[in-house]
Amino acid sequence: MARVTLRALVKNFDDTPAVRSIDLDVLDKEFVVLVGPSGCGKTTTLRMIAGLEDISGGEILIDGEVVNDVPPKDRNIAMVFQNYALYPHMTVYENMSFGLRVKKVPKDEIERRVQNAARILDISELLARKPKQLSGGQRQRVAMGRAIVRDPKVFLFDEPLSNLDAKLRVQMRTEIKRVHQKVRTTTVYVTHDQVEAMTLADRVVVMHAGRIEQVGAPNDLYHAPATKFVAGFIGSPGMNFIPCGLEERAGVLNVVLGDGLAFPVPPERANRYRGHAGKPRLLCGLRPEHISGFDPQPVANRHAFEREIDVTEPMGMETLVFFRINGTDLCGRTNPAAGAQPGARLKMLADLNHMHLIDDESGRIL
Amino acid sequence: MAAIRASMKADRRRVLVMSYSFLLLFVVFFLTPPVYMLITSLKTNAEISAAAAPWWIAAPTLGNYIELLTSPTYLRFFRNSVLVSVLVVIITMAISIPAAFALSRMKFWGSAMLATGVFLTYLIPETLLFIPLFQIFVLVHEFTGIELINRWYVLVLLYPTLTVPFCTWIMIGYFASIPKELDEAAIMDGAGYLQILAKIFVPVALPGIIAATIFAFTVSWAQFLYPLAFTTSADQLVLPVGIITTLIRGDVYTWAQIMTGALLGAAPPLIIYAFLMDYYIAGLTAGATKG
Amino acid sequence: MDRLPAGAARLPVTGRRVALRRFFRRKSTIAFLMALPLILIIAALVLYPALYAIHLATLNKSMERFVGFGNFEFLFRRETFWMVVKQSVVFAVSAVLFKALIGFCVAHFVHNVPVKGQRKWRGMLLIPWVIPPAMSTLAWLWLFDPSYSAFNWILERIGLAPVSWLGQPNWARFSVILVNVWVGAPFFMIMYLAALKSVPEQLYEAASIDGANWWQKLWYITLPMMRNVIAITVLFSLIVTFANFDIVRILTSGGPVDQTHVFATWAFKVGIEGNDLPLGAAVSLFMFPILAIAAIFILRDITRRGTET
Repeated sequence: MARVTLRALVKNFDDTPAVRSIDLDVLDKEFVVLVGPSGCGKTTTLRMIAGLEDISGGEILIDGEVVNDVPPKDRNIAMVFQNYALYPHMTVYENMSFGLRVKKVPKDEIERRVQNAARILDISELLARKPKQLSGGQRQRVAMGRAIVRDPKVFLFDEPLSNLDAKLRVQMRTEIKRVHQKVRTTTVYVTHDQVEAMTLADRVVVMHAGRIEQVGAPNDLYHAPATKFVAGFIGSPGMNFIPCGLEERAGVLNVVLGDGLAFPVPPERANRYRGHAGKPRLLCGLRPEHISGFDPQPVANRHAFEREIDVTEPMGMETLVFFRINGTDLCGRTNPAAGAQPGARLKMLADLNHMHLIDDESGRIL
Repeated sequence: MAAIRASMKADRRRVLVMSYSFLLLFVVFFLTPPVYMLITSLKTNAEISAAAAPWWIAAPTLGNYIELLTSPTYLRFFRNSVLVSVLVVIITMAISIPAAFALSRMKFWGSAMLATGVFLTYLIPETLLFIPLFQIFVLVHEFTGIELINRWYVLVLLYPTLTVPFCTWIMIGYFASIPKELDEAAIMDGAGYLQILAKIFVPVALPGIIAATIFAFTVSWAQFLYPLAFTTSADQLVLPVGIITTLIRGDVYTWAQIMTGALLGAAPPLIIYAFLMDYYIAGLTAGATKG
Repeated sequence: MDRLPAGAARLPVTGRRVALRRFFRRKSTIAFLMALPLILIIAALVLYPALYAIHLATLNKSMERFVGFGNFEFLFRRETFWMVVKQSVVFAVSAVLFKALIGFCVAHFVHNVPVKGQRKWRGMLLIPWVIPPAMSTLAWLWLFDPSYSAFNWILERIGLAPVSWLGQPNWARFSVILVNVWVGAPFFMIMYLAALKSVPEQLYEAASIDGANWWQKLWYITLPMMRNVIAITVLFSLIVTFANFDIVRILTSGGPVDQTHVFATWAFKVGIEGNDLPLGAAVSLFMFPILAIAAIFILRDITRRGTET
């Protein structure tokens, strides 16, 4: 059993707060990803779990034991660093076995574990080589091998894929997932890339300015974000935020976007939203994938409108279109067959089934 | 376009010719004394006093070399120098490496102050310290009976003050260039600080260690003031002082032997330099550019 | 696969011995212990003697009485002392100037030559620095010998009068400076060569396109980029040259008639040969103010560099 629990965890660097009281429960065998922009506190949190940073307040528990004062080597965890941190003067075998040699594990046991890890990661032929003879992807595998060999309770990953080029990154992502399925160790993974977070995690922890914004399964974060930050962070291209008003028009609650555009709110939500009508700073959140090219087939709560397109980005399987409503830049995803042209007007559909109403003052989704 | 390229090429050639000429000039300037030492060492004293042609060797002889290499006095000087230098190198590295590790990696109260302080001790030259040290040694002898004057092992005590600060400085530079993630990986692997130093820092910073060792050896070997001030009897002398005080008897200078002695005395650093030139240079430049 | 039992991480919770052990495990304690030999050496063999020198300088010749500034007053009144001051300053300043200049020029020439050949040139040019100064000074002594000087032999061959390299005061001073420059210039060359190599080539290319000639490139690109290295090497060298002992001692022993004495050699003569340690201490202490000023400059430069990067 390897649970990691963070209770009211706080970290201050001199007078600057980096982590402001977070609570998290990582379950046994779970793959949890801490994601957020630079400076949000995710790496600091990871390092506190590792024991590389002192804790300013709160507790960290591994398997129910408070480990605040326990040195890293006694916490039974392993870490994979962003820059791999392989010992340059040792061979791959020696790199992987270093931790075991320090703990005076018997030689045949070391041999068994290293060969096993090497097999899992497919690096068995590289054992005699030195790090400088390896490619980036191979080095990353050796770093993971070093962690696996220790057979720890928890794996910690600190942005391991940031130094790889895009293609390699996608490959290694799959590797990591495959290894996790095989080895099934509790994992805490830090990244700033939300695609990595979504594809790897059992649960995603979105962090911002030292606090946890939301914790949930990837799909939940995508479809039901709790705050404007999460809504805008998850998904690429990011969600559109249009300043809007809520008005009753002819008995129906409408979302008023400006430039003469107003759409009726989906009836299921009308009661929930009605209480917020008249609030000064409301935003309508709509993902680009929910603004599409015109399709005559009528669907409930999908409304047509027309705008002049500023820029198009042909992506092959779809064309991104950029236009403006009332001064706000928006993005939509259209079928290339819709024939969007910069400078020309295009008829589009807004699928309000997937809209979010956001109170810009608090950042909460209503 | 071709005309510009041609004129650039002509320019380039002119610069090269000028550079080579000046380089040759300076090489002559820099190498004349050692070459002359060699020339003189291969002559007999008779030939030298004849004062015929100083830059040629009429009758080359290895007599001077044989004489010195079989002279017990000279060999004793050599032995003392080797003993002192090797011991000092060992002591220096034993002090510098841990100190550099502590100063560059482990922040403790006053570590920044200490690092600058180490550097500043270079500014208190031996020429300021030799007089008070002399008196201190006399007093120590009076109070404890330990003889510190005219003993070669005193040099082993004193030379580290000259080598340790700079060697520590060099090692700090090399250690600082090792990425911190390497430390953290080792900590996660369960290594203690001494293990990190021995198993990771020392191997990775080996070029720096070699450079610092060479530096310590060269400085110890070349020392003149401290031995001159603190050792007087012939069996305690090291090479630089030995040559000057014993080969120059009164007003009679036996130049052939002096030059031979000087050349042999310059040999160990030169040999090390010939084989390990890159480390030698790295040690020098590390102090300034990495510092 | 094995897992450590949950309680294994905890240290036994008993009394003072545990507290002591924990104290020794603490990072700052280990670090301090590792730096301790260094601190001890410097305290005992550098700082303490330096302070003791000040105490010594206040005693009389037989070291029984306290005479306060007596030794200093004595020195101030002696003409030799002021001569030594002047000689030391002139020696240090001119030697360092020439070392830096020659080092700078030679570094440029080496840098201009194709990279493959640079190693040989560098190797040959560094030799004066590798040879123990005491040994090479002997060679120069021989080259300057009044009766057998090989240099004079050449001069006579081309019709010039022989020079009394070490006998005539001004020539003696020149010779001492020359040997010091000979020994020290290679060090400057190596430092400056390394610094030259670290200036990005693209800056020079951009300057060429902008129409700069070699002098402008030197003044506007090379020198500013090398400012730090130049400052550090010059300051360091000023200190080391100012305190120089070997060369003057071997070449001239301070002569003729004390005309080439510098602080270090005069302190040796007065203190050890003249058996007046307090007076010798007083002499060497005079080096201190100048060294202190140089130290302040160096410190300022280092801390400035630290905040710049």
